[in-house]
Amino acid sequence: MTDQQPLALLPEFFLLGGAVVALLSGSFLPRQRQWVARLLAGTALLGAGVAAALALGDAPRTVFGAFVLDTPTSVTRLVVVAATLLVIGLGVEDLAGHPRESETYALLLLGSLGAVVLAATDDLLVLAVGFLLTSIPLYALVGMSRSAGAAEAALKTYLLGALAGIALLLGTVVLGSVAGGTAYGVLGSGLATAPAAAVAAGAVGVLGGLLFEAGAVPLHPWVPDAAQGAGTPAAAFLTTVPKVGALVALARLVDVLPGTLPVPLLVGLLAAATMTVGNLAALAQTDARRLLGWSTVSQVGYLLMPVAVVGTSAGAVPALLTYLVGYAVTNLTAFAVLAARPAARSLEDFRGLARQDPRLAAALVVALLSLVGTPPTAVFLGKLTVFTAAWDGDQAWLVVVAALNTVVSLAYYLRWLVQAFRAPEETDGAAAPWARGAAVAGAVAVLAVGVGAGPVTALVTG
Amino acid sequence: MLSSIVFLPLVAAALLAVLRVPDRAARATWMAVTAADLALVVALVLGYETPVDGGLAFEERARWIPSVGSSWHVGVDGISLPLVALTAVVFCACAVYGLRETRRPRQLAALFLALQTTCLGLFVAQDLIVFFVFFDLSIVGMYAAIAGWGHGRAAGRSALQFFLYTFLGSLALLLGFIGLYLGADPHTFDIPELVAAAPLADSPVAGGFVLAALLVGLAVKTPTVPFHTWLPPAHTDASAIGSAVLAAVLLKMGTYGFVRIAMPVLPGAWQAAAWVVLGVGIASVLYGALVALAQTDLKRMIAYTSINHMGYVVVAVGAAGLAGGDAAAREVAVTGAVTQMVSHGLVTGALFLLAGVLHDRTGSYAMGGFGGLAGRAPGWSGLFAVAAFASLGIPGFSGFVAEFQVFAGSIGAAAWAAIALPGIVLTAALFLRALQQLVTGPPGELTPRFSDVRAPEWLPVTGLLLLSLAVGVLPGPLLDLITPAGAAVVDLVSR
Repeated sequence: MTDQQPLALLPEFFLLGGAVVALLSGSFLPRQRQWVARLLAGTALLGAGVAAALALGDAPRTVFGAFVLDTPTSVTRLVVVAATLLVIGLGVEDLAGHPRESETYALLLLGSLGAVVLAATDDLLVLAVGFLLTSIPLYALVGMSRSAGAAEAALKTYLLGALAGIALLLGTVVLGSVAGGTAYGVLGSGLATAPAAAVAAGAVGVLGGLLFEAGAVPLHPWVPDAAQGAGTPAAAFLTTVPKVGALVALARLVDVLPGTLPVPLLVGLLAAATMTVGNLAALAQTDARRLLGWSTVSQVGYLLMPVAVVGTSAGAVPALLTYLVGYAVTNLTAFAVLAARPAARSLEDFRGLARQDPRLAAALVVALLSLVGTPPTAVFLGKLTVFTAAWDGDQAWLVVVAALNTVVSLAYYLRWLVQAFRAPEETDGAAAPWARGAAVAGAVAVLAVGVGAGPVTALVTG
Repeated sequence: MLSSIVFLPLVAAALLAVLRVPDRAARATWMAVTAADLALVVALVLGYETPVDGGLAFEERARWIPSVGSSWHVGVDGISLPLVALTAVVFCACAVYGLRETRRPRQLAALFLALQTTCLGLFVAQDLIVFFVFFDLSIVGMYAAIAGWGHGRAAGRSALQFFLYTFLGSLALLLGFIGLYLGADPHTFDIPELVAAAPLADSPVAGGFVLAALLVGLAVKTPTVPFHTWLPPAHTDASAIGSAVLAAVLLKMGTYGFVRIAMPVLPGAWQAAAWVVLGVGIASVLYGALVALAQTDLKRMIAYTSINHMGYVVVAVGAAGLAGGDAAAREVAVTGAVTQMVSHGLVTGALFLLAGVLHDRTGSYAMGGFGGLAGRAPGWSGLFAVAAFASLGIPGFSGFVAEFQVFAGSIGAAAWAAIALPGIVLTAALFLRALQQLVTGPPGELTPRFSDVRAPEWLPVTGLLLLSLAVGVLPGPLLDLITPAGAAVVDLVSR
């Protein structure tokens, strides 16, 4: 057993240990001193990040028979860790003194651990564990905010999640039994000769579970509700981190499904449906959080494009990772702007932001233009590589659909942007300093990823 | 050298955006930086020697995104250098005119300096991604200029229409670029490498689709009929300098893209589509002129004449793709097209600045409200008369040189390009009518509120018109610059 190297999973141990320590420390800390738990969680994340960065140059290998340590895993680790740090940063004001502050940190760390497990595994059974590890903290995070909207969103998330979880487990059972094993290596050889109907049923089940986690059509309805109802840090987390894990997992899974199924076409259709539904629904929104929620649905549509061509285009996985990096930092920047103006709910409430707080407004401009895909921002780089990969993988129609969707998305992002530049009504410029700092830092990162594209593409191609 | 010319305005813009300097200092910085950039461009023009191998001058190349075959690759030749010079001149003129702007001058200066970087960057770009970055950013910048400093009740709406429309065009362009990238072996976004490789030459269907995407993207920006509907409202509601930059520089990005990318990279597909391009050009010429004739709003009228004038460029590049035509005639057509881009930029920039003076004094562009301005404001009337005659193509100004070559070359390549000739007569008619209505006759109701041009207004207009006169009287230096590059384009498109 040469593949049992616990040290190779050091980043994951940091996340797990951080979660446990944050939870325990919370039990002993008075309400006003919960910042210690924040510090512990942050330290654990930093440790995980350093450990993941140190493992960057290693040759790809599999440990414990189910954990693939390759470029997608490394990038996922870094993105998840950085994203969770940014979530904690933008949530300082929101969470400080919250009765469940330390529990929140524990849940964030467990959720990010789940996302990494989802992305790294090549065994359906471990995938199911990753699914549960990601989704259960989600329900709690959504429900942590004590508003009526949060309760409804938590219930909706839970019901859909339970359904998706059952589908995933059923799919695992079916695929595992017809292929004679649950490891992807076994699936790849076993499914090619298995009855197509059984493979199709099993694949749909597993894909369904991951589509819930990614927030893609048809299992997306929880996303806008949760984005609107949950607290801002929780909303930022659940629209970013689980998607990263789920999409990398989808790419790995789609790669081993046999050619007897029209998987690329199915994923392509799902991608087109997801981006279109997300965009059309976002057009009608007036609540900034809900609008961002729908926008993340549409972004998942673009992210599914490289998944659809993972078997036919060599650039698919690097493109997916590039887009994930860009999307994560951009989406979190947009949520950080929301967190910096906790009183602002509707788009109208952002009126006059440019006059009151030019830097925050600049961060908002950068984030929204990046979500549109304007160069030289992070998502532009993602869109460029994703469009190229999809066309290269003979799905040019999908690229045309995505381009048209991008034009549609401009309409609602601009509607928000225009508010920020209108003359202010009242001067309520009380911004939360930590969240504001996170927004500005995020905006700088969005531009840095876009302009300094060379190192990013070098990272994702390994 | 080129990189510093491109990024000097951006650095100044960033400083102006961050440092809260007083308004006076912001205006002075704006003017000083555009003047310095113009001086650098003049040095560039003086130091330019036509490369013997048909390549690029002042070439610079740095690693950017090696994994997708994209690099920071810039350089100029006889087609891009005149447009770089035009950009520097027009932005400098706008900075002078902008001295009178009282609404948020610091932000305005920052915005226009940033916009200058995007325009300069686009004309020197030798990489499709670099080109696209600046193409898209110019749209964002212009949107902010119209929405933030436009006038008229519907400025926000016009700006949104402009953004959505041209953004759609830019995405079509991006699709075309991706198609070229995938069609080239090895994959690259580098323009000279793509020109050498001539991708998709052996797959006419794919080449046709990619060219269609490029044509739509560039035609929206130019704009040609039927993609022109965003232009009149955008011009009407933009400020004077916004309109001047939009018409004088941004529209050129579309036609420049034809000459720089579409023609040399996809010669086979361009030859096949040349008749369509020529037809669209003729339609733009005639339609733009006819609709301009029907306008009562001065700025809308000038906007429609832009469609007409850019139509000549499209006619010329269409004719240049007709492989059966006389090669010498087609070279004349391309040279005329580039000259027309410069000429239109100079003259229409001046016209829009003059129209801005009307609005500044009276808040109106309605030609019916004016009359007898010659007595009231002889300075403005004189400048407007000169600009109008320059625009309708009177000999002695750049427009004549350009349009003469466009028609000589196009008709030489395909006789039926002559269908576009009535456009010249129509333009003459509409400018003479506008002159008559505004300058001569009894004073209109708005005339008493009009006062003559002041120094920051007549200076830039005079400068632009003098340059147009210089090109008209002594076209030699400019044509010497353009002709070899035009011949190279015709060689490439005839492959």
